[in-house]
Amino acid sequence: MAWSAFTPFSAAAGGALIGLAATILWLGLGRIAGISGIVGGLVPWKSGDVAWRVAFLAGLLVVGVGAALLWPETLATSSLRGPGVMLLAGVVVGFGTRLGNGCTAGHGVCGLSRGSPRSLVATLTFMAAGIATASLVRVFFGGAL
Amino acid sequence: MTTSTPTSEPAVRRASVVVAALAGAVFGLGLVLSGMTQQEKVLGFLDVASGEWDPSLAFVMVGAIGVHGLLRRVIAAHPRWSRRPLFAETYQEPAKTPVDRRLVVGAAIFGVGWGLAGVCPGPALVSSSSLAPTLVLFAVGLLAGFGVYAATLGRGR
Repeated sequence: MAWSAFTPFSAAAGGALIGLAATILWLGLGRIAGISGIVGGLVPWKSGDVAWRVAFLAGLLVVGVGAALLWPETLATSSLRGPGVMLLAGVVVGFGTRLGNGCTAGHGVCGLSRGSPRSLVATLTFMAAGIATASLVRVFFGGAL
Repeated sequence: MTTSTPTSEPAVRRASVVVAALAGAVFGLGLVLSGMTQQEKVLGFLDVASGEWDPSLAFVMVGAIGVHGLLRRVIAAHPRWSRRPLFAETYQEPAKTPVDRRLVVGAAIFGVGWGLAGVCPGPALVSSSSLAPTLVLFAVGLLAGFGVYAATLGRGR
């Protein structure tokens, strides 16, 4: 185990903020805080039902800009994956999350929080597929691709 | 006495947009603080063949589900909050459909992409704000993937 990289406290505190954000969206708007559902609902663009999605995305991106300025080391720069892999992976993630109706946030956080059997199956499935894929990249390509 | 529903009032609509932006910002802060926006950290969790497994991300799930699971119960038990959201008409509970092939195949495809990239949709969008070219490419691919789904298996849904 990598004890030097192990950060359980900041991980749990960040997770708590994610849970708080999901609660704000639920109590405020009655919506599930799933990123692929919120942003995927903008593609294709349909008028009506758009303002809150754009606002949520704007909040997310404003924090990204702030983090890029204040704590650049906290953002991914993709040191371990090349541009072609990242573009391809983006398409795969976009398609898969829409087909499976959720991602780490929608199924993993919101779905498991309300005890949804569908979300439990989805979470176990994408965890297993993610672990298998990342570990196979390690075995065949030495961890970078 | 007005009989119009609260959501038809511009003030409530405006408030809902502000609340959504706040939720997005808190969500983003949580992703940054938790380490979910660091590709090395996510791959350190998913890559169990490295010999240096980092279990930190399991604690993100524990924190998120602990807080949201508890607060959802508080909302469900509250006499007023349980009836309707503060700035919308109804709680949009996902349909309780059975586990089907779309769910499992979609989740598996997502997992492959997640293991390839080391970022999932939220962290990718947050990180793309830095304009790091590879993250912008992932975000462009993500939107393209949404579009491909909408134009193929998602038609009419």
